Amino acid sequence: MEVKILSAKFHIDNANTLAVAISHGAYSTLDKLFAMQPAEVIEEVKKSGLRGRGGAGFPAGMKWGFLPKNTGKPVYLAVNSDESEPATFKDRYILVKDPHMLIEGIIICSYAIDCHDAYIYIRGEYTTQVKILQAAIDEAYAAGYLGASIAGRDFKLDVTIHRGAGAYICGEETALLESIEGQKGQPRSKPPFPAVAGLYGCPTIINNVQTIASLPFIITNGADAYKAHGTEKSPGTHLFGISGHVEKPGMYELPLGLPILEVIDKMAGGVWKGRKLKGIIPGGSSTPVLLPEEAKDVTLDYESMAAHKTMFGSGGIVVLDETVDIVQLVENLISFYHHESCGQCTPCREGLGWMLKIVQKILRGEGVIEDVLLLRELCDNIEMKTVCVLSAACTMPVRSYLDKFRQEFLAYVPTASPAAQEKQE
Amino acid sequence: MSNRSQLISTGKPFQFDRERDAEFERLSTRYPTRESLILPALWLIQEQEGWICQEALAYAADRIGTFASKLYEAVTFYTMFHLHPMGRNHICVCRTLSCWLLGKQEIVDFLKNEIGITPGQISEDGRFSLEEVECLGHCGTAPVVQVNGEFHENMDAGKLKELLATLP
Repeated sequence: MEVKILSAKFHIDNANTLAVAISHGAYSTLDKLFAMQPAEVIEEVKKSGLRGRGGAGFPAGMKWGFLPKNTGKPVYLAVNSDESEPATFKDRYILVKDPHMLIEGIIICSYAIDCHDAYIYIRGEYTTQVKILQAAIDEAYAAGYLGASIAGRDFKLDVTIHRGAGAYICGEETALLESIEGQKGQPRSKPPFPAVAGLYGCPTIINNVQTIASLPFIITNGADAYKAHGTEKSPGTHLFGISGHVEKPGMYELPLGLPILEVIDKMAGGVWKGRKLKGIIPGGSSTPVLLPEEAKDVTLDYESMAAHKTMFGSGGIVVLDETVDIVQLVENLISFYHHESCGQCTPCREGLGWMLKIVQKILRGEGVIEDVLLLRELCDNIEMKTVCVLSAACTMPVRSYLDKFRQEFLAYVPTASPAAQEKQE
Repeated sequence: MSNRSQLISTGKPFQFDRERDAEFERLSTRYPTRESLILPALWLIQEQEGWICQEALAYAADRIGTFASKLYEAVTFYTMFHLHPMGRNHICVCRTLSCWLLGKQEIVDFLKNEIGITPGQISEDGRFSLEEVECLGHCGTAPVVQVNGEFHENMDAGKLKELLATLP
């Protein structure tokens, strides 16, 4: 099932060092790259169908095409390596195992969009990852792959790591820009979109680590070779992180479009301890949960997820076994999003705190049926009433748990006899 | 406002050591605005001293050429900055989804018994500080504990006991 495009060098010792990376093909794309016109590079990426791997899945080449021409302002690239969504742990493998693939991708993207200053925004918690990435950048500078004249060509590029400091919201693209500019990571209203007015008010492209790291393969082998994997609308491969109650949790590179249950069984060894499957979180904690019977027809691509009223997200799959207390899980989830709210918008700042208090009251056995109903109502009233989607990242999954595991919530409510429930409904 | 947000004065002047000074100057050439140096400067202070005191914050504001209040805003917004000295060994336990599913609570309970402090506290001898943190991005090898920046994956009480014994 596995296809090793991004992970081709992951098993090679010291592939994070320049010498080993070069001996396995790193930076070999540059000759071909500089023989192409930037517009041709953008066209090739468009043709490949590569979609942004941060979660939203927006076509990468199309995003680059939104940059306004001849503004007289510099163009910036911000590589999103925040990776703070619970259940998401794919990008750090690239940072640690093959950082030169990322740097090569940054050169490709920068050349295509005429950028000369790229920033890698990396979450502060990734301490060891930062050291390895910085060492790779230093080596790339020393070897002339970065700096005033890339690989001897008339193209200048500086790459700077900008460390976050423990704020999930900085993975949101405009909060990320605010953070680089030295502000609190509070999202901006859109439009204008960053491609038009981003970092320092200049045209800016923001792409996830995995998106950028996919570029060397696409330029070397061509769009068709990339499209040979995956589905028509979701081409290529993806690094899927599988965690939770499985026998073999870990990171697996797979073509898009495989059946989710087959992947869980064949790659991750199935539900652990011979237990039954209770639910699957398909793409990070912000994606609505799938029941086992719903998951039967679900494949790992953007379209299938949308058709089943959930999302592909970051590809961070969490498997829940039959012992999971869904109400406690929801408390853990809301607690995370409440803690990480930037505080800018009242529905998020106050609403998520209110939801947390309600679910904690239910867990203490002090809840009434109205609390369960109110929790559901709050989801509808908070969602899409804020500048960014952090609040929706909480309410979308919580709504799915309330709808699909309603009896578990009611079981915590002492007065929720079947007759009382019927009256409420 | 809790003590966690209050700036503490050491009564001593602060300045970057030679290595941090050079790094600050290198980074100064990489950004078109001085305020972009706020997070990098705060990291340099914390790496040098382990925490951020009033004098260091004022020093960084001066070097950047901005108001100290801008840096205060940053240190209170971003959760990884410490406004008071932490233990010699700062232990962060991931409390979020996958780690929670796979036994984060047992890890915290073990640490409570073993080092006698709860999350948010520093041991009396200053050897340990303990913190529960949001997702550390190591979900596939949960539960995970980060000690002085180093990740320790697939943790359980036995491994933690061995790890604690190796710490100064």
